[in-house]
Amino acid sequence: MGCTSSPGSLIDMSGPGHTIHALTLAELASGMTQGEFTSRDIVETLLGRIKDNADLNAFITVTDDEALAAADRADADRANGNAGSLCGLPIVHKDLFCTKGVRTTCGSRILDNFVSPYDATVVERLRQAGAVTLAKTNMDEFAMGSSNETSYFGPVKNPWDLTKSPGGSSGGSAASVAARLIPAATGTDTGGSIRQPAALTGTTGLKPTYGRVSRYGMIAFASSLDQAGVITRSAEDAAMLLNVMAGFDERDSTSVDQPVPDYRATLGESLEGLRVGIVRQHFDEGLEAECSARVKEALSALEDQGAILVEVDLPNLDLSVPTYYVVAPAECSSNMSRFDGVRFGHRAEDPKDLLDLYCRSRAEGFGAEVKRRIMTGTYVLSAGYYDAYYLKAQKVRQLISQDFKSAFEKVDVIAGPTAPTPAFGIGEKTDDPITMYLNDIYTIGANLAGLPGISIPCGFSGELPVGLQLVGPHFAEASVLHCAHQYQQITDWHQRCPKDFE
Amino acid sequence: MSAWEVVIGLEIHTQLATRSKIFSGASTAYGAEPNTQACLVDLGYPGVLPVLNEEVVRMACKFGLAVDAAIAPRSVFARKNYFYPDLPKGYQISQYELPVVGEGHLMITDIDGNEKRIGITRAHLEEDAGKSIHEGLGEKSGIDLNRAGTPLLEIVSEPDLSSAKEAVTYLRKIHTIVRYLGISDGNMQEGSFRCDANVSVRPKGQQELGTRAELKNLNSFRFIEKAINFEIERQIDLIEDGGEVVQETRLYDSDKDETRSMRSKEEANDYRYFPDPDLLPVEIEEDYIEAVRKTMPELPDAKKERFANQYGIKGDDADILTTSIALADYFEAVAKATVADAKTSANWIIGDLLAALNRDGLDINASQVSAKAMAGLIDRIHDNTVSRSLAKEIFEAMWAGEGTADEIIEAKGLKQITDSSAIDAIVDAVIAANPGQAEEYRAGKDKLLGFFVGQVMKESKGKANPAQVNEAIKRRLAAK
Repeated sequence: MGCTSSPGSLIDMSGPGHTIHALTLAELASGMTQGEFTSRDIVETLLGRIKDNADLNAFITVTDDEALAAADRADADRANGNAGSLCGLPIVHKDLFCTKGVRTTCGSRILDNFVSPYDATVVERLRQAGAVTLAKTNMDEFAMGSSNETSYFGPVKNPWDLTKSPGGSSGGSAASVAARLIPAATGTDTGGSIRQPAALTGTTGLKPTYGRVSRYGMIAFASSLDQAGVITRSAEDAAMLLNVMAGFDERDSTSVDQPVPDYRATLGESLEGLRVGIVRQHFDEGLEAECSARVKEALSALEDQGAILVEVDLPNLDLSVPTYYVVAPAECSSNMSRFDGVRFGHRAEDPKDLLDLYCRSRAEGFGAEVKRRIMTGTYVLSAGYYDAYYLKAQKVRQLISQDFKSAFEKVDVIAGPTAPTPAFGIGEKTDDPITMYLNDIYTIGANLAGLPGISIPCGFSGELPVGLQLVGPHFAEASVLHCAHQYQQITDWHQRCPKDFE
Repeated sequence: MSAWEVVIGLEIHTQLATRSKIFSGASTAYGAEPNTQACLVDLGYPGVLPVLNEEVVRMACKFGLAVDAAIAPRSVFARKNYFYPDLPKGYQISQYELPVVGEGHLMITDIDGNEKRIGITRAHLEEDAGKSIHEGLGEKSGIDLNRAGTPLLEIVSEPDLSSAKEAVTYLRKIHTIVRYLGISDGNMQEGSFRCDANVSVRPKGQQELGTRAELKNLNSFRFIEKAINFEIERQIDLIEDGGEVVQETRLYDSDKDETRSMRSKEEANDYRYFPDPDLLPVEIEEDYIEAVRKTMPELPDAKKERFANQYGIKGDDADILTTSIALADYFEAVAKATVADAKTSANWIIGDLLAALNRDGLDINASQVSAKAMAGLIDRIHDNTVSRSLAKEIFEAMWAGEGTADEIIEAKGLKQITDSSAIDAIVDAVIAANPGQAEEYRAGKDKLLGFFVGQVMKESKGKANPAQVNEAIKRRLAAK
């Protein structure tokens, strides 16, 4: 598999204590069960690493005291036999999940001073299972971006090359997991915001089916596309977290009331007979040669494990980016309206009247990319343009969903590249929004159709990681995770650690 | 006036009588301290989501069935986007292209007494906004979001109304229906029942509609009629003076009894409606509609028809008695409990009872005289125990809580005198005390009969049977 002759090192796992940061959630859980270390040991170690690596700029807020207190509670719970499934395990949250009593900024100046009075459902469920929150991660402002450069708090650096972007919008989550500052982070994916940064940082990023995980308390960017997920270092860890996060929430009308299987239980099954779809359009021009080669190697590896490769067609794939950039800004323009300086968040000083209060609070509070999308969205919803843009985009969205549906009549999962290129330089694409938008060409389809997808590391292009994307039919997270896990059993790309972060 | 034709359409905002808000669990009770009945959802906090209160769908269905409307098998909530401080999310959740209630109609009686069909275009569900408070805060303005998220059913009529009076008739009928259905308390003072009117005029015979003005802030039946009439005259005067009506929103000022421009079409918002992605479409199945149909009360028109057949009560009397289910039930309870005819019961309820309720500002449910007690009083008139005029006195005593009619008659010794010898004795005494008048009467001044009746009634403290008194006076005066 060429696992030995590529960049990134495998961490020496001998000697307990020294390697806490390199362990996965599953390994940390078993370490605690066996009494090798406590949750406090884990949290202290990771808080130390978070501090030492502050220049990655992966975090907006670090909650040391709360984390240590929660770790002690978890250790006590474990001692008392009350350990939940994630008892004492460390996690960080993308800073658009509302966390009670903790600043929740969305990477924006307009929420710089916002302390949420409540917990998002995702945060609540993870905490109830015993997970310990250490920090809130940096992100593109309101999740609008593919490079983490639109954050009010500055760009995040990619641990594999500090001059590169980790992708976005869950850039802080991906970079912190890649750099072994934390084994797991929540993220959100509206057009690829979990999978693309996972690909660019050599991590595992899972976006579940739309409606699988509650959106309550997740500050909305584009409500019909947003979905919460995780970035981890293995598919197994993603399965552990999804077991807790998934499920109906009466506070989110779009969450689906469907039983949640044990995603971990089916990971071990063989890939024998699994029908894997290869999309012809994925390998058209635009895909970097090395990325293309790595993905094809990964497909062969799946075939070696017994999977059957089947060619499928997604004829409207090229329409996904333009469709997305009508639908998402339209919803965004409306979702951003509540940030008006009246009830919370940034308010301009000494407004001379109501209009001035609105205009200046928003002009000062929002960055350029958010403004661009608000303007685009306002335009496409305007009288006289609605039919030509918004309505047409909705129709194309139906076509794209239909394409996937037809494809899934022939295959169990679709496999292909996550992103067209490996990590690009910070500042490289900021002047050209369209090129930046095209970075999401392979990921957006799953959002438009509401499908589950995962990105897992499948090798390198030069010194930079390449991601393999697996997309399944609605609610087929188990297949996607199972396929990813089996691939990770015969490869060690997901265990590669960037230099200087061992 | 006669050269012009008036065209009016109404948009009625009915607050639905749910306990909690349309998209959150916060209470809808009126009159609480500002911002104490607004939860994070109503405040539009980051990350919160709306969840539909299913009770509003049931209520909308009931309304739809009451006006013979099509209930949409699938309706969709949409966002109406605009900025205002009392609109926390920067959009109002409403229904736009696919409302829950489709086309229906209502029959009203027009000014000439003819039946007229008023089309109902649609009725849709939406959330109310909060309100701005400008008084008592100096330079600043306050926002009270208690009302934000209160459920409303907006009922839109076709432009089928052709006078202010007709508009009010239609409005009153809708008002009666929503209260019959129990879906709104219809309280206009508290803003639970509000109305906007689209008014235009055109020369008689012209097909094309004139330019309309939308009148807002109409919160009583009286103001609605006045505002529309003012607006009709304003538009006619304007056109006759060579001017042109502009499409605009006008606010009615009840203090000055005039409408004035609020914003023109050019300043109108582009609301950028689109389906709210946070809410699923509302799907209503036939079974559900049938289940709702089973809970429908007898509606005013059906009740009126029954009252005519069953009790012979028609016209205005029937209109009044069917203004609410409670009043109609009261009437029926009285009519069934008394041996007197239904018309007598109707007269007492429409007369004395409603007057007392109005005077004390009470609802029929809070009547100080129960239907059974009312029937007891009517029975005593019917069997000549008391006269009609004494009965009024007894009614007041009953209202004041002094007991049943029988108890009061007994306690106050108000039993009617029907013993003719006793009446004759009083009559004789009165004649003896007024010899001059007796002389004049006998000389042909018949009008003096009234004088003698009055005197006898006074002497008997109102207890003498008036018919017998009449007869006795005539007889005794003729006897000499």
